[in-house]
Amino acid sequence: MTELHRKTVRQLLTDLDNKVFSSVELTRHYLDRIERLDPSLNSYITVLGASALAQAAAMDEARRKGNQPLLAGIPIAHKDIICTQGTKTTAGSRMLDNFIAPYSATLAERLDAAGVVTLGKTNMDEFAMGSSNENSYYGAVHNPWHTDHVPGGSSGGAAASMAAGLCAAATGTDTGGSIRQPAAFCGITGLKPTYGRVSRWGVIAYASSLDQAGPMARTAEDAALLLQAMAGFDARDATSIDQPVPDYMAQINRPVKGLKIGLCQEYFDPGLDPDIKAAVLDAAKTLESRGAIIKDISLPNSQHGIPAYYIIAPAECSANLSRYDGVRFGYRCADPQSIEDLYKRSRSEGLGREVKSRIMVGAFALSSGYYEAYYRKAQQIRRLISQDFANAFTQVDYILGPTTPSPAFKLGEKAGDQVAMYLQDIYTIAVNLAGLPAISVPAGFTKGLPIGMQLIGRHLDEGGLLNVAHQYQLVTDWHNRSPNFGNQQDS
Amino acid sequence: MPIDIPVMQVNQAVVLTVAELTQLNIDAQDIDSYAADMTKVLAMVAQMQSVDTTGIEPMSNPQDAVQRLRADAVTETNQRDVFQQLAPETDAGFYLVPRVVE
Repeated sequence: MTELHRKTVRQLLTDLDNKVFSSVELTRHYLDRIERLDPSLNSYITVLGASALAQAAAMDEARRKGNQPLLAGIPIAHKDIICTQGTKTTAGSRMLDNFIAPYSATLAERLDAAGVVTLGKTNMDEFAMGSSNENSYYGAVHNPWHTDHVPGGSSGGAAASMAAGLCAAATGTDTGGSIRQPAAFCGITGLKPTYGRVSRWGVIAYASSLDQAGPMARTAEDAALLLQAMAGFDARDATSIDQPVPDYMAQINRPVKGLKIGLCQEYFDPGLDPDIKAAVLDAAKTLESRGAIIKDISLPNSQHGIPAYYIIAPAECSANLSRYDGVRFGYRCADPQSIEDLYKRSRSEGLGREVKSRIMVGAFALSSGYYEAYYRKAQQIRRLISQDFANAFTQVDYILGPTTPSPAFKLGEKAGDQVAMYLQDIYTIAVNLAGLPAISVPAGFTKGLPIGMQLIGRHLDEGGLLNVAHQYQLVTDWHNRSPNFGNQQDS
Repeated sequence: MPIDIPVMQVNQAVVLTVAELTQLNIDAQDIDSYAADMTKVLAMVAQMQSVDTTGIEPMSNPQDAVQRLRADAVTETNQRDVFQQLAPETDAGFYLVPRVVE
């Protein structure tokens, strides 16, 4: 029998409906695991024991009455960038260490309405700026596959807690790869939806034209269940897309026969780990054997994605993070001598090094005399990258490639080299610039570490991505593997 | 016409100017390291200048969406007391800061 914490959301819902166990029992199981095992992972910033058990009891009661919502009683964790009313919400920053969210993000409200149990808030790179989860005020997160390796970032706590069986599913956010890269590093499934598909209201802003929240789960089927609850128009988010949300669970069962899947030649560059390359090509063969048509395509401007992103994202962050001034909420320095001293010391003491570095690069790129050469140029390149995808999608339905150039690296390995860290996002960043949906799916292992493959789709075709990923997972078992982490401590 | 700019060498003066613009204090012993970081990032992004973007419209929203308008009606209730509970220091509904005018 599958251990409780290895079951998918789909299996847990069936078991809950069949009264194999209650949500309170399931929630206690997870809370117990978090208490015993998380000290060696550091994947949670806040654990919500009492309120989780109260939510679980309410969902057990709803089930008894037969009026349970879609995800009734499923224990999940929210990335700590997602506001949850009455709960500390830090974005991984000292600046917000004392911030109790006065309202909930729309996506958290929607998941609550769907009946989830919130186990806690997961660790992350400060304000989602990072690819290793080493930039958190609350300390680095460890990868449960190899605890001396990083889990990826910025949603590193979410991915690590999922892989270690410390929650049944999780939410993340993805500005340049922050759902997909940690999903790949930790061997789970992570979906970045189309920009505007999931409301950004109540999600603490990093780069507003790129930020998008999405589900992190064991399987594509579970991600579909979560996205069903999270997605949809929200008048409170000015860039929310006003389009109906399809029935994802119906879409995932379609055959892949006849679907055209592109292999982007630029993605198989010399910088790609050979084992990852082999795994992705193997996945292409698997999909081909199911009737998909594999074609070579080109995204000629993809190499310019990282430069464009590292102007646009810092520029937007320099504006967004100007709100942290020590006046209305968040950290305030001790004994300010003047208003200027208040602003400067509160910001300097409350924000971490990488965040300050990006704010400064962004402000520089927007400053008089440099705007045209940096910010405007990056926005023009953003359009070229977007046009590359539009051209590719006239030839194929989906694009398949690696999620990351290498598997999880060691803690501290890239900490001294900012640009080397930025290059981690080489395959994920262009997707954010173009606002497209993409999913990372477990596709193999190298030296005991998971490999992720990335599927990219057209705007609003999350259902199609989940479909291809689900059909792949029906004939592979990479997503069912779990790390040995914690086994020796298990009774 | 592509703009031709050399790779920017960020010096101490640039760091201090940007720190002032962004209201950050940079400790004297950290200035060189911020300058080095900014120089590396600007060197990395310099490859953008090799791309011919003549006539390409800048893209600020991935769907080229335009601002959605709504009716000019009150939709939010005043929650000053709730929000001010988060503030470091308030008095009589005001946020307190050090004296600005002597």
